[in-house]
Amino acid sequence: MILGVIEHDRGKLNEASLEMLTLARTLGSPLEAVLIGADAGPFRETLKEYGVTKVYEVQHDQLGEYAPRAWGTSVVQLVRAKSPQAVLAAGTDRGNEVMAHVGAALGLPVAANCTEVRPGEGVYEVTRLRWGGSLLEDAELHGEPKLLTVAPHALSPEPASAGEVAVEAFRPTLDEKDLRVRVSAREEREREGVPLTEAKVVVGGGRGVGSAEGFKILEELAHLLGGAVGGSRVATNNGWRPHSDQIGQTGVQIAPDLYIACGISGAIQHIVGVKGAKYILAINKDPEAPIFQRADFGIVGDLHEVVPALVEEIKKRKSS
Amino acid sequence: MKVLVCIKRVPDTGARFELTPDGQEIDTRNLEFTISPHEECAVEEAIRLVEQHGGESVVLTLGPEAAAEQLREALAKGVDKGVLLETDGSEWDPVATAEAIAQAVQQLESEQGQGPFDLLLFGNESADAGYYQVGVRVADRLDRPCVAGIKALKVEDGKARAKREVPGGWEIYELPLPCVFTVKEGINVPRHPSLRGIMTAKKKEIRRLTPEKPTMQLVKRRLRKPPERGGECEILGEGVAAVPKAVEKLKEIGVI
Ligand SMILES: Cc1cc2nc3c(=O)[nH]c(=O)nc-3n(C[C@H](O)[C@H](O)[C@H](O)COP(=O)(O)OP(=O)(O)OC[C@H]3O[C@@H](n4cnc5c(N)ncnc54)[C@H](O)[C@@H]3O)c2cc1C
Ligand SMILES: Nc1ncnc2c1ncn2[C@@H]1O[C@H](COP(=O)(O)O)[C@@H](O)[C@H]1O
Repeated sequence: MILGVIEHDRGKLNEASLEMLTLARTLGSPLEAVLIGADAGPFRETLKEYGVTKVYEVQHDQLGEYAPRAWGTSVVQLVRAKSPQAVLAAGTDRGNEVMAHVGAALGLPVAANCTEVRPGEGVYEVTRLRWGGSLLEDAELHGEPKLLTVAPHALSPEPASAGEVAVEAFRPTLDEKDLRVRVSAREEREREGVPLTEAKVVVGGGRGVGSAEGFKILEELAHLLGGAVGGSRVATNNGWRPHSDQIGQTGVQIAPDLYIACGISGAIQHIVGVKGAKYILAINKDPEAPIFQRADFGIVGDLHEVVPALVEEIKKRKSS
Repeated sequence: MKVLVCIKRVPDTGARFELTPDGQEIDTRNLEFTISPHEECAVEEAIRLVEQHGGESVVLTLGPEAAAEQLREALAKGVDKGVLLETDGSEWDPVATAEAIAQAVQQLESEQGQGPFDLLLFGNESADAGYYQVGVRVADRLDRPCVAGIKALKVEDGKARAKREVPGGWEIYELPLPCVFTVKEGINVPRHPSLRGIMTAKKKEIRRLTPEKPTMQLVKRRLRKPPERGGECEILGEGVAAVPKAVEKLKEIGVI
């Protein structure tokens, strides 16, 4: 049996879980799922569509809110009761955190952010992301069961031929240590404009922008194109942009139709964040800058002249 | 307050890098070394907490002798002491790494005899291996509460209040001390070492311990470069003269 840990938050299933199930299906059968602290009802149809034949509904009165270690302990107790060959979760913040607890309790490593998994006798061969995706590692995963998470966006979620799905209640025994870490409150953030991760056009600024004021014209360009502004680590570290705007290995990963990189050299740790972009336009005054080897179009020049001219030209075309 | 922060020496790959012919490592002949930005922020957080509450900060790494360079950097910024868990530089899997760190923490705590570190800080993930688990494993091994991937932290009245960024907002966690956090870049803006810091770091103590290497259960076979995006870059021109052509392109690809 292969067991998938389903990620959800306040009634919403995380898309990355469907990618995980798509990969999990290829490892063996039957495919079963564990749903912690939620009613299986609303998820049942979707899980069935993705080939799940049984859902363990973990029930406990203290599991109304996300509790990383309690989730981990619940999975561990289910593993001990049902002996799956492999346990998978999505390679998200929560998925990796829960699986780290599972791995710690079972004394087994977790292969995080796998893109491919080839099951074998006693050993799985996995391909996983390193360096935020700028390198791949082929590795052997030992231990019983195999513990792994699936890199988000590594494959597209695909429904399977649906059979029947059974729901079975599972009641874990949780102690104070499991329950002392829980989401105790939430803060909502006001949303302004298009979120970086959803924008069709992203204008990114780096060291070449030079200051927080320098970003104003990038904002204007983004606004004209209905997009959002992001930045390199230099831009966020200098306080020109908030950290949530950082694109790259330790920031966000984006997949817009167009990324316009202004005054950005094209370091690999930045580029892994824009791998999903359909087109990249680079504006850089150094013709040797590595960004030109990764872009589709380039303008060699000073961004402080080029970007304002671009804004004017687009305005002109729009009004004519 | 006593804070221990764990960092990992990794090559600073910059714009381009090559793999060694056997595909086992990044070719580091022309590279400098660094740590993950997450860990830089963890170091900064440790220094700030001790500046605020008094006490002592300790930085620890498991790696080759050369990793003392990264410890010195943290000491130069203001961390008080360093601990090097010296290895032959080969890859340790997350189980082995966490076990060695947990044992070292226990040893340091029993020697200093004043109870546990109030906080153990880690990066959310190491820059090179990205196992996303060493911090959580150390926490569970030592039976301490833990939250991963936090971007805000406040310690008051024996409690730690931490925030984790999620789409559309923040999750808030409250943990009793002693506890463990893994930190994401953005929690603070790390300082640079001062000249004076660099001088005093030379005199600060680095403790060396030699953990035993266990059998690895997650074994690297080889590293590969994924296919790179893009092929030819079409240079549209120089300076403002290229703008009309650029706007044509934007039209062509359908963004205007
Ligand atoms: C483990 C690790 C993780 C990292 N994670 C990230 C990450 O998530 N995101 C990230 O961005 N970085 C990350 N970095 C940092 C990364 O390696 C680079 O240092 C950073 O991306 C460089 O930012 P930059 O391109 O803005 O600056 P630089 O590399 O300094 O480049 C500036 C560029 O601007 C050009 N320029 C200057 N003035 C002008 C002008 N007037 N007009 C036009 N062009 C001009 C220059 O020619 C140059 O090419 C990480 C590093 C490490 C080690
Ligand atoms: N060799 C090491 N020495 C010290 N700390 C480490 C080491 N490896 C990982 N860590 C810590 O654990 C965090 C998570 O690492 P990982 O589980 O490899 O992604 C890192 O950000 C470091 O804080």
